[in-house]
Amino acid sequence: MTIPGSWYLVVAALLFGLGAFGVLTRRNVIVMFMSLELMLNAVNLTFVSYARMLNDVGGQVDVFFVLVVAAAEVVVGLGIIVAIFRQRATVTADDISSLKG
Amino acid sequence: MGAVGFVVLFPLLGFLVLLTFGRRLGDPVAGWLGTLAVFGSFVSAIVVWLARLGNEGHPYVLRLFDWFSAGGLHVNVSFRVDGLSVAMILFVTGVATLIHLYSIGYMKGDPLYHQFFVYLNLFVFSMVVLVTANTLPLAFLGWEGVGACSYWLISFWFERPTAASAGKKAFIVNRIGDTGFLLGTFLVFEHLGSVSFSRLTAGSLNLSPDTATAIVLLFFLAAAGKSAQLPLFTWLLDAMEGPTPVSALIHAATMVTAGVYLMARLSPILALAHTADLVIAIVGVATAFVAAMAATAQTDIKKIVAYSTVSQLGYMMLGIGTGAYTAAIFLMITHAFYKALIFLGSGSVIHSLNGEQNIRRMGALKKYMPITTVTMILAWLSIAGVPPFSGFFSKGAVLENAFGDSPLLWAAGVITALLTAYYMGRLVYVVFYGTPRFEEVTHGHDPHESPSVMTIPLIVLAAAAVIGGLLNLPVSGFGFLGSWLAPVFGTAQAAYPMSAGLKDGLMATDAVVALLGVFLSWRAWGGVSENPALERKIFFNGWYIDAFYDRAFARTGTAVAEVADTVVDRQIVDGAVTGVAGVARLVGGAGRKVQSGLVRSYLLIMVGGLIVMLGYVLTVAAR
Amino acid sequence: MIFANVLSQLPIALPAISYKAVAPELVLFGGALLILLVSATVGKRELPGLYRAIALVAALAEGGFSGYQLYLAQGAKASLAVAGAIAYDGFSAFAGIVVAAILLLAILIGPGFIKRIAGDGPEFLVLMLISAMGATVMAQGEDLIVIFIGLEILSIALYVMVGYRIGDGLAREAAFKYFILGGFSSAIFLYGIALVYGATGTTNLAKIGAFLALNVLTHDGVLLFGLALLLLGFGFKVSAVPFHLWSPDVYQGAPTSVTGYMAAMAKVGAFAALIRVFDIAFAGQIVQWRPIVVGLAILSMVFGALFALRQRELKKILAYSSINHAGFILLGVYAGTAAAISNTLFYLIAYAVIVVGTFGLVSIVQDSIGVSEGSCSLDQLRGLARSRPALATVTAIMVLAQAGAPFTTGFLAKFSIIVSVVEIREYWVAVVAMLSAAIAVAFYLRIVLAMFRGEPEEVEGERVLAIQGAATEAPARRQALAWIGVSLSLVFTVGFGIFPQPLLDLAARAHIVG
Repeated sequence: MTIPGSWYLVVAALLFGLGAFGVLTRRNVIVMFMSLELMLNAVNLTFVSYARMLNDVGGQVDVFFVLVVAAAEVVVGLGIIVAIFRQRATVTADDISSLKG
Repeated sequence: MGAVGFVVLFPLLGFLVLLTFGRRLGDPVAGWLGTLAVFGSFVSAIVVWLARLGNEGHPYVLRLFDWFSAGGLHVNVSFRVDGLSVAMILFVTGVATLIHLYSIGYMKGDPLYHQFFVYLNLFVFSMVVLVTANTLPLAFLGWEGVGACSYWLISFWFERPTAASAGKKAFIVNRIGDTGFLLGTFLVFEHLGSVSFSRLTAGSLNLSPDTATAIVLLFFLAAAGKSAQLPLFTWLLDAMEGPTPVSALIHAATMVTAGVYLMARLSPILALAHTADLVIAIVGVATAFVAAMAATAQTDIKKIVAYSTVSQLGYMMLGIGTGAYTAAIFLMITHAFYKALIFLGSGSVIHSLNGEQNIRRMGALKKYMPITTVTMILAWLSIAGVPPFSGFFSKGAVLENAFGDSPLLWAAGVITALLTAYYMGRLVYVVFYGTPRFEEVTHGHDPHESPSVMTIPLIVLAAAAVIGGLLNLPVSGFGFLGSWLAPVFGTAQAAYPMSAGLKDGLMATDAVVALLGVFLSWRAWGGVSENPALERKIFFNGWYIDAFYDRAFARTGTAVAEVADTVVDRQIVDGAVTGVAGVARLVGGAGRKVQSGLVRSYLLIMVGGLIVMLGYVLTVAAR
Repeated sequence: MIFANVLSQLPIALPAISYKAVAPELVLFGGALLILLVSATVGKRELPGLYRAIALVAALAEGGFSGYQLYLAQGAKASLAVAGAIAYDGFSAFAGIVVAAILLLAILIGPGFIKRIAGDGPEFLVLMLISAMGATVMAQGEDLIVIFIGLEILSIALYVMVGYRIGDGLAREAAFKYFILGGFSSAIFLYGIALVYGATGTTNLAKIGAFLALNVLTHDGVLLFGLALLLLGFGFKVSAVPFHLWSPDVYQGAPTSVTGYMAAMAKVGAFAALIRVFDIAFAGQIVQWRPIVVGLAILSMVFGALFALRQRELKKILAYSSINHAGFILLGVYAGTAAAISNTLFYLIAYAVIVVGTFGLVSIVQDSIGVSEGSCSLDQLRGLARSRPALATVTAIMVLAQAGAPFTTGFLAKFSIIVSVVEIREYWVAVVAMLSAAIAVAFYLRIVLAMFRGEPEEVEGERVLAIQGAATEAPARRQALAWIGVSLSLVFTVGFGIFPQPLLDLAARAHIVG
């Protein structure tokens, strides 16, 4: 039995939604960040599934680009989070709200 | 005729020089320099006028450079020399020169002396650009410029909180008008394919009446804001917080007439929009009447004059609405003379009484200020329309055309004319006659006549106010202004066939009404009246005329004035202004709440926006 | 050599790379590498002057190459290079010129102020050049993935630049917010690309256009979903309401010179890509996406103007002002005609120069009155016209240019955008746009009035003078180059405001062909 391609797409969409939900609801900055990565990887899964369904190699190549970009984002993101860590004990997103109004 | 460039250039140079070196030049050199710049502009205007004599038929366009062209829209910086613009620059720069001269004395000792002249020169520059511009966008530049200068000069004495809020009100009303101007411009471009005045007459032939009505009403919105027409006039009253020369120059003689000028300039389109013309005429005459009524019950000298200005602007709009463009321009010019004179005279009074503006604390100034008194009386007779002063001819021309259009408009105009003669008479009698009541403001010193730098402009303006009627006598061969402007307005100008007898009858009515108003004011206020208590005594004597006065003016007048003041001003316009400000404050406050600083709530709002977009997409895709 | 031999044995067809097409990117990236290389070789001693010179040369060369491309492109169709992933046409060339202009001004203005925070290191200029490269990649991207990469190059460098005042809590917070929100919107943008890929079978814009022209999709839900997600990504980058929430906070927290740079560069990159994607590739879907774009535009114009009214923090007011501008530029995208696109380009260059200059002036103001880069309230501007008349006057001109005062490029930009909207006969949109501009004038004038009205308060005044006295030497040197940058932007704004024709012609030449 072969699993139809649309199932992969649904799984990817669920993963993407899960990631978005995580970014929206988690208070810990690190976990928010992880959820962001989950979103990106869900997109990767979408790309690969479509590439398979369309029988086109382009979608698979795109995944490599996305991976590289995600890695670059990690570098900068972690740098910023570490900088915040140095100043205060917690990394709760809701505490970081002096800029407002 | 290229001298029109200098008309524009001189005030600009004056502005730049004063802006750069003004503070170093100081009092009074800065003032003299500013005056000189405007005088140079006036001389150039005369040169332009002389050059045009003889070939009035063809407009001359001084093209400086192409400003921009985008998408079929070509806009160049070019100035138009035709009858209308020459008439405008002549009187604008002429009156402005006199008022600059007067300001040298009036503003003496003010800590911001040089800055005052910076603004004043910038104002003259903008005004000249506005009336000579050959394209709508360039005219808009001038339009915005005069508005900004007016805003700055109203709040010139910004330590007074009333001055600051008055400036704000003027700002909001004018912005509403500006939107009308721009939208009108776009509509003109859309339908005529050009925003140049040169193409207006030929291009407007293809306009449908509905389009023409829309364009005219949009521009009339702009004009009503700038020229203080009925629902939007109250900013002009508050604008009296500015220094008196500013009131004279900007809020009486020149800027407020910009709306009238604009409508006259668009006459080819107005001629096609009959509904819009009727709206303009009705708004104009209603403004004239309401403001004149209000003027009868004021005690602040500048408020009386301000209401009077609104009333006269209403007359001009009546002229525009009835197609009597020449009459409207004629009235605008003579009005500039006598109204500037009245303002400067009032300023002279205020100046000598240490800033007092309440007419209850004046009186008997005739003895101390002979020149001011005489010139003010001349101005009064002129605005009242007593023959042969200038107002008689100019107002008469407007009323004659109004009669041709509709006797109802004419009747309302005539009643207003009666009121005009009356309220100005009241001002003159209460301020210059009767008993002195100014002890508490002068502390025992006698009031003094103003220095000659202030009285000379008064005298010149008085002369102009008296003989200004010569510009356009209703005798064939002497209608100089009419023949001068005829090529500009052409067929747009309405022509009402009237018999000579009817015309004479109308003129006679005007004269009788004016004299009646003068008489009424003399009976009510002449010699006897020095405070409100006396009014009742005269009424008690039961003179018919005074009973009539009481019923017609004191009671109804007060009532109308109060209604005008309370309902229209406080509730409708103030309400609208506060409403706009309130909404803005509310939304601004909401904005600050939304900006909570919490990153997760930002994310939530973004996702909310996304969901709305996706929802929309789903409904589209489902179809 | 060996490497090439090996490659030729492999069954991979390497695309021919047209170096002429990617010259702008190469120059910028090369400049960045060169600066890093120099700083690595000179050891501990830093050579800020040399770095700056290299960066300036790179910026000028980028502008030169773009200008050359624009010259070549006149009248020609869009040329595709690098296997159709990169387009070089008049449109991208004009965007490249805008990028060069922003870079030039920002290199003159920024580093002097950054030096106070981070010393003479080369990193700031490197980040600037690399982010500019990201913007040019976005403008030239003919493939959604290329555009995404450009977006990320631009964004990641900007995240770092925003957080440059790392010692300051507000700056760290701004960087964090920008990063999390930016990452989130990038992920959604990417998902949009994936969906478009799924619907059309390609990420190449030319092929997408061809595909959509030939095939009628029976179920275009996936495609439209993708479009909506793409719009979120672009909307975030250009800070369109309701995706604008980051911008007031980030604008305030970032170093002021970075704020100006970011506001200009992110908008240029994002709008260039937005136009290429929507007005060209998805031109056939205009009926579907137009309502969304006009909705974003109107929300941005109206709320940008209204929210600023009660703001007293200068940088936040300017943030809302840039939201208002974004709404106007979106109107150009919405109109979508060829004339509208060239008007949009004109708006972009006018806006970019004005905004970099304005924030440069705010930097100078903050430096002069001695407040930190994170804050500058309107009250602190009081009396500036007395103490620094030249500074106040120039600032007033630039702020009024933002408001759209006649005889500045700001006026023409707004005017021509509204003309474009009128030309497609959407009068009500034009009315809303003009009303929003009218409201916006109020807060612009408030800034001007704050400077020109009112004395500095007595105590405040002494404090200000004391600070100025203490640091007289340094600010003058620091500000000298910044003044050159600001003057250039002033000359540009007023000069092209009075004689705009060359610029308009240039923008008109930059037509975009599908």
